[in-house]
Amino acid sequence: MTPLCQIFADGSFLRLACDIAPQLLQGLGTTFQLTIFAIGLGLGGGLLLALGRVYGNKPIYWLSTAYVQFIRGTPVLVQIFLIYYGLPVFEIRLDPLTAAIIGLGLNSAAYQAEYFRGAIQSISRGQMLAARALGMTQFQAIWYVILPQALRLVIPPWSNELIYTLKYSSVAYLVAAPELMYTGKIIASSLRGPGAFRHFEVFLIVAFIYLVVVLVLSKTLDLVERRLKIPGLEMR
Amino acid sequence: MAVSSKIVVRVEDLHKRYGNEEVLKGVSFAVRQGEALAIIGPSGTGKSTLLRCINRLTEPDRGRIFLEETEITSPHIDINKIRQQIGFVFQDFNLFAHLTALDNVRLGLMKVKGLSKKEATERAMHELARVGLAEKAHAYPAQLSGGQQQRVSIARALAMDPKLMLFDEPTSALDPELIGEVLQVMQHLAEEGMTMIVVTHEMGFARSVCHEVIFMEKGVIVEQGPPDQVFLNPRQPRTRQFLSKISELYGGAR
Repeated sequence: MTPLCQIFADGSFLRLACDIAPQLLQGLGTTFQLTIFAIGLGLGGGLLLALGRVYGNKPIYWLSTAYVQFIRGTPVLVQIFLIYYGLPVFEIRLDPLTAAIIGLGLNSAAYQAEYFRGAIQSISRGQMLAARALGMTQFQAIWYVILPQALRLVIPPWSNELIYTLKYSSVAYLVAAPELMYTGKIIASSLRGPGAFRHFEVFLIVAFIYLVVVLVLSKTLDLVERRLKIPGLEMR
Repeated sequence: MAVSSKIVVRVEDLHKRYGNEEVLKGVSFAVRQGEALAIIGPSGTGKSTLLRCINRLTEPDRGRIFLEETEITSPHIDINKIRQQIGFVFQDFNLFAHLTALDNVRLGLMKVKGLSKKEATERAMHELARVGLAEKAHAYPAQLSGGQQQRVSIARALAMDPKLMLFDEPTSALDPELIGEVLQVMQHLAEEGMTMIVVTHEMGFARSVCHEVIFMEKGVIVEQGPPDQVFLNPRQPRTRQFLSKISELYGGAR
């Protein structure tokens, strides 16, 4: 244990916190990795699903709708287990972290799709008409006119999704992905001797780390939203 | 500027049906270069549908439309190429809400016409100056009055250098005191020789600015002629009834 921590009394809460901090922060790094890749996967997938549901032809509409319904109608843990424990049946073996990223990402895609769809549909039909009247293709109209507006409108609900994903990433501990929650669990059950049975304190520290990260994230996203704000463009 | 004999747009036997209701029941007319055509008539008689068929924002069911020699109702046509040549001004402006006035005018020039940013900016500023809004270039739509928004939308359409301008009730969504500034811009345009079709309830504008007037009702052209004939000596009783009703409401052709 780090000598720095010896300034705190043996057995005190702060000493415990200080001693286990390096490991927990390493776990937090993995949590970030998990969250960033999952939210990124969800962003790309969610956009495609939303566009499929708003502009797609019948088969595309039904496929994207079925996907969203399936994901939203089943627990995220079941989805992750399907990928981690289920896919090996088809000779696809993923390490825990990759399985968790894919599971959370595919899950987030469905929720993000609904936020994007709501934002796209809240933009008046006239915007598309005006773009097409200038001679833009449908793709250009979506890219230059619809999405820049929809993506601004979607920032507040999307911020919630990012925070949910960060918190839900803790379920990855159930497939032993070495993220923050998993690290906390390992620490709590590996403490021996007079320092054992300090689960309450360990998980309190874990909770505190999540809280700080969530607060910093929401402040940052608030700032981004204000930065990108355009007069007259808000959710009606 | 004089109206030439060259035909810019020709509409032949246009039909459009929404469900059970036939909105256009065989409409035919032609507009010559430099001509300003007004289409008047009661609400819900297919005027806006007709206008939207001309750039195929609405697909007609039957009939043909020509822009100069090109049949734009042909299935083999690239409609995006055609739309670049036809300016469209909407009743509710439809300025791109996330872009400044300048970017609204510039977007089509850069992304559709492929102009460089510098060229597009020069062109856009010129068009904004033409509608008297150069100093509002950096304002967002929500920061402009309705009349200013409509003038920007006219500049946006003009920037594409269209062969034809379509106006779909361009002043109907405006407060009365803002109508004048938009009509003035349109009048200048007509005087400069722009070919235009204007669906409007502004009888004064139709009468004093336009070269030709079409009175439409229930999906057909009831009467067509020069404004003096249609407004002063309408041949059809329905035209007469409509005009007297309008003058009761709005105080006649101003």
